[in-house]
Amino acid sequence: MRKKNLTAYVFLLPSLCGVLLFYLLPFADVVRRSFLTAVTKEFCGFDNYRAVFHNEAFLLASKNTARFCLFCLPILLGLGLFVAVLLDGYCRGKTFLSAYLLPMAIPSATVVLVWKMVFARQGILNACLGDFAALLGKNCVFEIDYMDTGAAFWVLVASYIWKNLGYTVTLWLAGLLSVPAEQKEAARVDGAGSRQVFWRVVFPQLLPNLYTITVLSFLNAFKVFREAYLVAGSYPHESMYMLQHLFNNWFVNLSLDKMAAAAVVTGGVMITGILLLQRLWEKE
Amino acid sequence: MQAAPGMDGEAVEKMRRRMKRGMAVVVLAALAVLLCLPVAMLLFGSVTGDYEMWERLLPMTPAGNGYVRWRWIPEFPDFSRYANLLFATPQFFVLFWNSVKITGLILAGQLLAAVPAAWAFARYDFWMKKALFAVYVILMLLPFQVTMLSQYLVLDRFGFLDTHWAVVLPAVFSTFPVFLLYRSFLTIPESLLEAARMDGAGEGYLFWRIGLPLAEGGIWSAVVLNFLECWNLIEQPLAFLKEQSLWPLSLYLPQIGLERAGFAMTASVVTLVPALLVFGFGKEYLEQGISAAGTKG
Repeated sequence: MRKKNLTAYVFLLPSLCGVLLFYLLPFADVVRRSFLTAVTKEFCGFDNYRAVFHNEAFLLASKNTARFCLFCLPILLGLGLFVAVLLDGYCRGKTFLSAYLLPMAIPSATVVLVWKMVFARQGILNACLGDFAALLGKNCVFEIDYMDTGAAFWVLVASYIWKNLGYTVTLWLAGLLSVPAEQKEAARVDGAGSRQVFWRVVFPQLLPNLYTITVLSFLNAFKVFREAYLVAGSYPHESMYMLQHLFNNWFVNLSLDKMAAAAVVTGGVMITGILLLQRLWEKE
Repeated sequence: MQAAPGMDGEAVEKMRRRMKRGMAVVVLAALAVLLCLPVAMLLFGSVTGDYEMWERLLPMTPAGNGYVRWRWIPEFPDFSRYANLLFATPQFFVLFWNSVKITGLILAGQLLAAVPAAWAFARYDFWMKKALFAVYVILMLLPFQVTMLSQYLVLDRFGFLDTHWAVVLPAVFSTFPVFLLYRSFLTIPESLLEAARMDGAGEGYLFWRIGLPLAEGGIWSAVVLNFLECWNLIEQPLAFLKEQSLWPLSLYLPQIGLERAGFAMTASVVTLVPALLVFGFGKEYLEQGISAAGTKG
């Protein structure tokens, strides 16, 4: 046994050293710093935490981030499942799936200009909406400024879905394909309609996948900052000012004490969330 | 649906199923087109003449009125920008090589560190294994912003800031590839390894001669997924590289102003091509990699 221990650690060593050096030890240092003042490095108890929780930008950013996840996760998971079921039921080929995955390969920076053209006040989306209204015989002028009003939030949701739909569909498909065909067939023979087969037989077996799909989609939700930052800069419309913007701005302004406390709080909330979800899921 | 006279129930049922299938295909195809539209716009825009592009975007400028109208086929196609960019713009090349260098170093480092680590997690029982693996999974899930300050502190201490190592080193020890590779090493049957051990094979041999070849697909999945991620790095270089000549392409592109929109599109397409190539050749691995992460292990 001891020899096996040793072999395992030999394999693990390079990675473990790096993880300790670049992630775990420095994070411990951040926890320590969150209790110190920024300049004099004196112990100041929970002052930094108090400052963070009274910081309006932090409250706004947390609210927006939570709101974003609350909207985009159900939309993405629901839409993804719907598309996956259609793909599984009607299109055995992989052609469409590749098209859905394509946005994943597109570097955020390359579509910035397209985003700007589409979502500008005089942009393509408004032009298309106007054309569509004209087609219906109505004469409307669309002058929605997507980036500088509350609509910015929905642009963000849309760009998240654009980027991640293929990922989620692939995950759901993997789950769908693991449901044995005989079970579906048996239910059908017993007289269940296709809807009943789905909700009674297939869906319950997808639930275990729900945990990983949620967690992975949540992880990707934070990367939407790339599009948001590149299109709208450090201080976008307040409806899409997220925790990522805040961390970035604090970093630029060197508010390291607040950053330390906020990193501990955000990290703590996320770790708790992940562990809770995992508990829930292991009970299933 | 009303049954037409002269049709029996079975034929109606068949037609209904056909219609349903047709509708599903139309919906799926429309979605596919919609999702690929931005890429198509880039490709066509990249060969539109500078003046024509500027004229098109005029409504977006403060003085403009009317709407931006997109036209697919340019009136004045212009391919010279590609030649210009590739042969007469050395600055662009510097940035392109920065991207290549950063991505290459990260991928190589990840393979060296993550493959053996994943093997250890998948095939051995050792002290603290469960706790360590939990730590790895949590690290994989934490967004960059949470670990940004800690990375900064460490990079600052070792003097890596404003060098490519500042972006490369933390990414090398990202735990996501460990998790992915762990999943593919798990699928190798233990009996195979036991049999090899009986024949006197050492642990290194097992890893090198059985583990690696059998998990090749998983390794490629990790490479493809991580390539796409590295080619698109924004947050890390933005935070850790002040010197613009060190920047990867992904940071430079958005800085090109609207008045050079045509150039920006050409540069975007050149940036896009490596990602598209990897995507095209690695699609299968990409799908496998994603599903491997999602299914219960």
